[in-house]
Amino acid sequence: MPAVRQPLSALPLGTKGTVAEIQIPPESRGRLLEMGLLVGTSVELIRFAPLGDPIEIKVRGYHLTLRKHEADLILVQPAS
Amino acid sequence: MSTPNPAATPSGSPPAAAPGGPLYVALTGNPNCGKTTVFNALTGLRAKVGNYAGVTVERKEGQLKNAPAATPITILDLPGTYSLSPKSLDEQISRDVLFHRLPDVPPPALVVVVVDASNLERNLYYATQVLELGYPTLVALNMMDVAAENGHEIDLVGLAARLGVPVLPLVASAHEGIDALRAAILRTVPALAQTPVAARNFCALPPLFTRAVGDLAARLDTLFPHHRTATPPEALLLLTDDQALLSAGAHYPAEIRTAVEQSRAQLTAAGLDWRTSAIEARYARLGEIHAATVHETAPEGITFSDRLDGLLTHKIWGLLIFVVLMALMFQSIFTFAKIPMDFLSAVVDGIGAHVGSLMAEGPLNDLLVNGVIKGVGAVVIFLPQILLLFLFISLLEDTGYMSRAAFLMDRMMSRVGLHGKSFIPMLSSFACAIPGIMATRTIESPKDRLVTILVAPLMSCSARLPVYTVLIAACIPDIHVLGFFKLTGLTMLAMYLLGIVVALLMAWLFKSTLLKGATPILIMELPPYKRPVLYITLRHMWDRSKLFLRRAGTVILGINILLWALATYPKDPTLAEKSFRDRNAVIQEAFPTITSPADLALKLAALQAPPPADAPPAATNSVETAVREKLELIDREEQGSKLRHSFAGRLGRLIEPAIAPLGFDWKMGIGIVASFAAREVFVSTMSVVYNIGDFDKSDTATSSLAKELQAQRHADGTPVYTTLVAVSLMVFYVFALQCVSTVAVVRRETNSWKWPLFQWAYMGALAWLLAFLTYQGGRLLGLG
Repeated sequence: MPAVRQPLSALPLGTKGTVAEIQIPPESRGRLLEMGLLVGTSVELIRFAPLGDPIEIKVRGYHLTLRKHEADLILVQPAS
Repeated sequence: MSTPNPAATPSGSPPAAAPGGPLYVALTGNPNCGKTTVFNALTGLRAKVGNYAGVTVERKEGQLKNAPAATPITILDLPGTYSLSPKSLDEQISRDVLFHRLPDVPPPALVVVVVDASNLERNLYYATQVLELGYPTLVALNMMDVAAENGHEIDLVGLAARLGVPVLPLVASAHEGIDALRAAILRTVPALAQTPVAARNFCALPPLFTRAVGDLAARLDTLFPHHRTATPPEALLLLTDDQALLSAGAHYPAEIRTAVEQSRAQLTAAGLDWRTSAIEARYARLGEIHAATVHETAPEGITFSDRLDGLLTHKIWGLLIFVVLMALMFQSIFTFAKIPMDFLSAVVDGIGAHVGSLMAEGPLNDLLVNGVIKGVGAVVIFLPQILLLFLFISLLEDTGYMSRAAFLMDRMMSRVGLHGKSFIPMLSSFACAIPGIMATRTIESPKDRLVTILVAPLMSCSARLPVYTVLIAACIPDIHVLGFFKLTGLTMLAMYLLGIVVALLMAWLFKSTLLKGATPILIMELPPYKRPVLYITLRHMWDRSKLFLRRAGTVILGINILLWALATYPKDPTLAEKSFRDRNAVIQEAFPTITSPADLALKLAALQAPPPADAPPAATNSVETAVREKLELIDREEQGSKLRHSFAGRLGRLIEPAIAPLGFDWKMGIGIVASFAAREVFVSTMSVVYNIGDFDKSDTATSSLAKELQAQRHADGTPVYTTLVAVSLMVFYVFALQCVSTVAVVRRETNSWKWPLFQWAYMGALAWLLAFLTYQGGRLLGLG
């Protein structure tokens, strides 16, 4: 099965994917990892803020907000 | 703020707990895990709130209720923390307390980690980090009810076995399990005297990495023989956290820095990522623990919180509800707070009058009434707004709505480089910058918080209103433009907009110059909604008010007394004599029969007293009325001459060359000098300068001052207060930081004089420059 990686923010709303790669520079992604968003973690795109940014995701059973700019640097493999 | 490390101890030996003194129990955990509720349940109503030395992080501690008198136990509630690699000042404090690096905080004898059972994996990340430190530790597994509701069944025995410490289930909001937790604390504490540092490890690292950690830990053991925490987790943090060395001040010697750099280079050479390996290893272990101890009894469903979010973050309804909530909050600090504020100022005036009447007239009386009591009034007047704003902020935070508000507003605020959480402090500043600046504590990033503090006073606060009102009434023609808009109203609107636009521009400028640098990326949790607890809300309001009174109140009082002295001294003795002669001349002219000085004094006292309410409007009274009016005129002239003669008056003349290019004369200069205490003082000062007497804020006072301003003429007969001068003066007041209370609060909230002085200077420069451009530009265009 070929990998169809896509930015996290491009997941259809309410669907899940698995983090495949995090392109945020190493020195600034530490907290993201500590919050449990690692390669291999399952994430769900919940919604966009009314003004289009930031986005809300669900990871390890809780809700988290990221700006689109960073979310675009998180590549996910959509769940089939 | 952007302080380095808050007072890290330079030496390795920890400050020993005083023998026989209270034992410290540190309560720690993630934000939103219900830690505050646990703290309140354990300590009751007797918590002490202050700041950690040198920083604006709230320090909260209280005595454990029902502890035996022989062993008093102090519970220290650490700020909510996601990890021991701090990303905010709050988190840094938590880490420094746990590593006993703060000189004024004794090392904890016992650590209680509060863990949210409904969000177990993420909460255990921090919990296991703390466990590894080796303290005697208890895990308080809170929100068991929410976990059960969401279908998580937790094997407590299995969890305790895997964590290696007791696990106590809690529903702190319903007080369930609190007694068991208290009993566990009391049971554990006496056995603590000689407890060795426990070795716990939740990170299975590759052998090379483990060796690097071990080597560094051995060095730490030699360097700091008196350590109270295990050294391997400390070594792990030093190796894996970019900022661990930087944020520890002078704690670590250079050899540690070198060792860390060498180890990192070796790990990188071996293909290991020193930043992420430990995080991944820990989550791998947490995944195992989670799988083995949590049984899902129901599939993941839609919770109440999810449904509420569907509404509150909805594209239309969410924004609408947000606008309504903000309007309500703004209305209450802007309008509703007026009622208690007017009441308070009436009470203070009453006390002043009463005290004044009890004492003989003289400098001491004047100091007490116009210096001290008025100064105290200037402090307490802020309480209603602070209480009301913190009522809202506390409710927004405790329910979980605050992070939704930031979620909704982040796009707008991020355009100028700010955080969504900057919105509420900025909005509040339209009522008053004092509570607005105090509200910036909700912003985690120190840079974002500082920028918000720096620009917040540019929002036109309620103290500017009287200034705008009088100047608009005096100088802006009352005509309609574009059909139904009034020019006066549009001018007012323009002043507000000017403040907003420049605030956003300045925020952008500060973020891209002065406070440049990598801003941490926005990672904000949206916690489940919770019902607020009345006691916590009230407590929050009270604590904030107390902090304001204690910390900022003293500075505000001091500067008010100083400004009183400036406006009172030096005294010109000839002035009082002249007024005395003038008064007597007026009385003698009206009542030629009165000649002796004693009778003159009696008549004067009778005339200066308010006329009897039931006095018939007889002919004699019209003579008296005329005399009364003349006497009042003399009083007002005396008041005016005194002020013009005082230091403030001289300062007004002194700064005249500097403000002349803005279209201001020295009398306006006096107003500017005197209103450094607070902007609305400008109006009352101008009232005295132009011999109208005390300004009582009424509509009549406003219109009579406006008339007086209109009547002012230069030597050549042209009006002093042209429309252009008024606009220039208003522009000046939009920008100038004419408010000692703001300066005092910024000093308090940034913990330095550097930022308030910088702020005062940049706002003053803006005020001068923009008023200059307004006035000179207007003249070039042939206006005024």
